[in-house]
Amino acid sequence: METLCFYLFAALAVVCGFLVVANPFSRNPVASAMFLVLTIAALAGLFVLLHAFFLAAVQILVYAGAVMVLFLFVIMLLDLKEEERRSWRKFGLVGGGVAVALIALLMYAALRQSPLGAAGEPRVEGSTAALGELLFRQYLLPFELVGVLLLVGMVGVIWLSKRAVP
Amino acid sequence: MEILDQLSSSQQFVLFSALKVAGVFAVLMFIVAYIVLVERKVAAAIQDRVGPNRAGPFGIWQPLADAVKSFLKEDFTPGHVRKVYYWLAPAAVMIPSLVTVAVIPFGSQLGAQRMVIADLNVGVLYTFGIVSLGVYGLVLAGYAANSKYPFIGGLRSSAQMISYEIAMGLSVVPVFLLVGDLNLSRVIAHQAGGWSHWLVFQQPLAFGIFLAAAFAETNRLPFDLPEAEQELAGGYNVEYSSMKFALFFMGEYANMAAAAAMMVTLFFGGWTLPIWGLDQPASSFLGGVLHIGIFLAKLLALMLVFIWVRWMWPRFRYDQLMHLGWKRLLPLALANIVLTATWLWLRA
Repeated sequence: METLCFYLFAALAVVCGFLVVANPFSRNPVASAMFLVLTIAALAGLFVLLHAFFLAAVQILVYAGAVMVLFLFVIMLLDLKEEERRSWRKFGLVGGGVAVALIALLMYAALRQSPLGAAGEPRVEGSTAALGELLFRQYLLPFELVGVLLLVGMVGVIWLSKRAVP
Repeated sequence: MEILDQLSSSQQFVLFSALKVAGVFAVLMFIVAYIVLVERKVAAAIQDRVGPNRAGPFGIWQPLADAVKSFLKEDFTPGHVRKVYYWLAPAAVMIPSLVTVAVIPFGSQLGAQRMVIADLNVGVLYTFGIVSLGVYGLVLAGYAANSKYPFIGGLRSSAQMISYEIAMGLSVVPVFLLVGDLNLSRVIAHQAGGWSHWLVFQQPLAFGIFLAAAFAETNRLPFDLPEAEQELAGGYNVEYSSMKFALFFMGEYANMAAAAAMMVTLFFGGWTLPIWGLDQPASSFLGGVLHIGIFLAKLLALMLVFIWVRWMWPRFRYDQLMHLGWKRLLPLALANIVLTATWLWLRA
């Protein structure tokens, strides 16, 4: 049952992820956004199979429920026709290829570091107390750094968008 | 009962879960159907009218008549709509509002069965996650209609629901600081043992913010801007007819029931009453039924508040809505978290 669910969610994630960037039926950004929502939901399903219920709930709550709704909001306010007409560009293809190659390399290296099959005890199953302990003790520095990174991103967006307004 | 004993534990789990799902779904649909009638009757009373009284005594068959009418009307699809989203949107409104109730304990126990469909450890996060998905239905309906007023309704709903979701999420943090667990059954257990243990009396500010945000999340007056008839000719559901329109309508009331159930669980002690020992899990079958009755009574009382507010308040303007959400409720919720955390720290 669990294996079946894994393959179901994994296939859903891969297929929907592919349809986000290269949908043969429609070049509509709204369709891409909706497939990204499905991808996120499938990833949440995979988290559940890993017994990381908290991560699954947060994945749905933050990404599918908040981030993607804002995405949709922005996409709907933009001029959609322009995006539908846009064709493949050489630079985009090369840049995308390099990015995919780098990520594949990173994943390969990560997989080599920790061989598959050795199932460990889930460290953050359900209980938020355990997760909080980990985040605010063992991983305090990376956690705070991620917070600063988000703040930098926010300030950057405000600065960039303010400049466009005369 | 012999047949039950022959089943393995996993088969029993599947059987009882299916029974609970069917039961909760049936009761929820019944509530949705009849709360519409109650709403029309209450509205009539407030406005000094009679209300529906043609179908049966006091109009009690009105929901049936409405359902038959919805099913028999022509399901018309306008030519200019985006078909896929047009079909998807009503389902995307209805499903999340039905799925949210899965983690809410609606009674203590009947026999050996605990009266909750899924007793998740992260119960409340699950609910908030599903509630946050509800906005897709409205946004997609607005987008699918491919015309101006529904589109504005869809955009309004996405901005409004995102804004109030944050206030809603932050308002319940003090509750969980006090309880120390996200599991809704533990939240109820924490509130057992006296009126003063109810979290509405311990955290009145949190309840106030949650209530205001719940009005916004369910698109009810005073925050029903996504379907403001006078400005938008009906909002996101303008292009819908027949059963698809009825699904939006039922979705609103199912959302209302889910929000009321959430408030009963978080602030009003769930299925418990602090008298006659009703705050402990039931030992007899009759006690179990009584607990479910208590839960339903509280649920209906809160839904009556929703209805009452709708017919007493005018609609907010859009800038007032945003001002209230971001500049009033959000700082209040944050201050409440800091105060509660400080108090718990000093007490420890």
